[in-house]
Amino acid sequence: MAATLPLVPPAGIPYVEEMAPTRNTVWRRFRRHKVALIGLVIISIMALIAILANFITPANPDFIDQVHWNGYPVAPGIGGHILGTDENGRDLLARLMFGARISLTVALFAVIMEISIGTFLGAISGYYGGWVDFVIMRVTDVVLSIPLLPLLLVITAIVAGTSTRASLNFAVIVLIIGGLSWPAVARLVRASFLSLREREFAEAAKALGNRDGRIIFRHLLPNAMAPIIVQATLEVANVIILESTLSFLGFGIQPPTASWGNMLANAQSNMTQGPWVAIFPGLCILVTVLSINYLGDGLRDALDPNMP
Amino acid sequence: MIFSILQAAPGGPLTPYLQNPHITQADIDRLSHNLGLDQPKYVQYFKWLWRVVQGDFGWSMSNSEPVTQAIVERLPATLELMGSAFTLSIGMGVLFGIVSAIRQYSWLDYLITTFAFFGQSMPVFWFALMLQLAFSVVGITAFGYHLALPSAGIATQDNFDLGDRIQHLIMPTIVLSLAFIAQYSRFMRSSMLEVIRTDYMRTAAAKGVSQRAVILKHGLKNALIPLVTVIALTLPGLFAGAVITETIFAWPGMGRLFINALGQFDFAVLMGYLVMVSFLVVFCNLLADICYAWLDPRVKYT
Repeated sequence: MAATLPLVPPAGIPYVEEMAPTRNTVWRRFRRHKVALIGLVIISIMALIAILANFITPANPDFIDQVHWNGYPVAPGIGGHILGTDENGRDLLARLMFGARISLTVALFAVIMEISIGTFLGAISGYYGGWVDFVIMRVTDVVLSIPLLPLLLVITAIVAGTSTRASLNFAVIVLIIGGLSWPAVARLVRASFLSLREREFAEAAKALGNRDGRIIFRHLLPNAMAPIIVQATLEVANVIILESTLSFLGFGIQPPTASWGNMLANAQSNMTQGPWVAIFPGLCILVTVLSINYLGDGLRDALDPNMP
Repeated sequence: MIFSILQAAPGGPLTPYLQNPHITQADIDRLSHNLGLDQPKYVQYFKWLWRVVQGDFGWSMSNSEPVTQAIVERLPATLELMGSAFTLSIGMGVLFGIVSAIRQYSWLDYLITTFAFFGQSMPVFWFALMLQLAFSVVGITAFGYHLALPSAGIATQDNFDLGDRIQHLIMPTIVLSLAFIAQYSRFMRSSMLEVIRTDYMRTAAAKGVSQRAVILKHGLKNALIPLVTVIALTLPGLFAGAVITETIFAWPGMGRLFINALGQFDFAVLMGYLVMVSFLVVFCNLLADICYAWLDPRVKYT
């Protein structure tokens, strides 16, 4: 392709900035961002631990160590518990591993849902404009003007109260987080569609008689992918924090299923006897979220250097 | 919208009474008739809406007082916390942003950017727990002083003591503002960097205006304009953060009222809170728009 391009771009066409980077350049640019690279490694390790939790766990996460437990958290190192136990005598490291599985899956599924809804509505809104745009944007405004966390809390308290089955509880959390956090994505996608639909290739696609659906998903969407990917990465970080907050307050993932958030729920009252119960789950959240945020930063630099 | 979600709740608004063994089904029926709960939903909705417009959010079943009173009683505590956190966030955020922009790529810049990343990634409730661990449970001894801060409540006793109030305020304020300092400073940095490269800044410097004056007078005002929008956008987050912070530090504000109501399914309070907060957010957005027009005369509303 490079051979057919004129060396000097025709007047009026920005050359370097507007060219879509190939996969190779993206990786080369990403590699330069060392911290993002470290972030990627850490997230990969976390994901591996979450997937392999069954095989590498030092103990059953629900097993209560009656031998060493005397009502207070068992200190790290005692009785083969590398990180000690929680206030119920269950191995902390094992629970952290299974907690990783829950926290990361919730985040993954919720973000997939959030991005799908947000992209779809944003794309329609930006492409069609008019009353479709008006209606979708007003809904977005309403959802954005209500603080997300209290609203989530109310809904989960109502719904979670009715479902005690672990799998159902999990699905409910995913649906609620995914179903309420899409407005930011919708706005982002709408903004890029507003400018994309005016470009020549969109007009060309339209002139060739393509259906709207095909233009939106085949021609416009691939060109709007860069900011969506970056946003999706950052949203994973946000959802991990959101889920852990819900679970911490007792309205998210219900015990005995371990999630990083609900492991901290009772930590405050046991702070004097077992500070490690409070420290480690939060550290896991912090490290994971920090890695993801750096990864997102690196992706942003790599995919689109002109983005703010 | 909020109304419809809450109406769909199982048990309905009389759940707190259902748990009381002394109340019979007949009582429940009588109560629901008196409260108009047996009327169609849409009638209830418009009645509720009409009362809300008049400033009446209904009766809080778990606190045995009108919701409006319950909220208004706790509003000052929340405003105290949010106000101090808000001031700290903007102050530190703007300061960090400017410093890191004018000393771009210096060690100070790296330090602030790293701090901002940590601040944004920190789970608020865990940060609160760690501060409590450090300053209330263990206590930190430095320079011969034993630093210990109260971990709960707004004051030790009822009569007003400024020093005591401030001691109680320190940790919740830091916890609540951390994420916002991080966000504002990152934004301020990029906004300031953009402004520094503009022509009018170069002109001002060329005219012999001192660097301090250029940055503070010409740069800051222009860099602040986009920040106003960001601040308005993060306001709902401040309310959410206040809920968590108040819960952990046993702060007697609206957030804790909300969490308690949640545990007891006290829907009048929940609705009152959500409506009130949404209203405050919309009001602040309006305020931000006005500020925007004032800061930037180029903006004209038609």
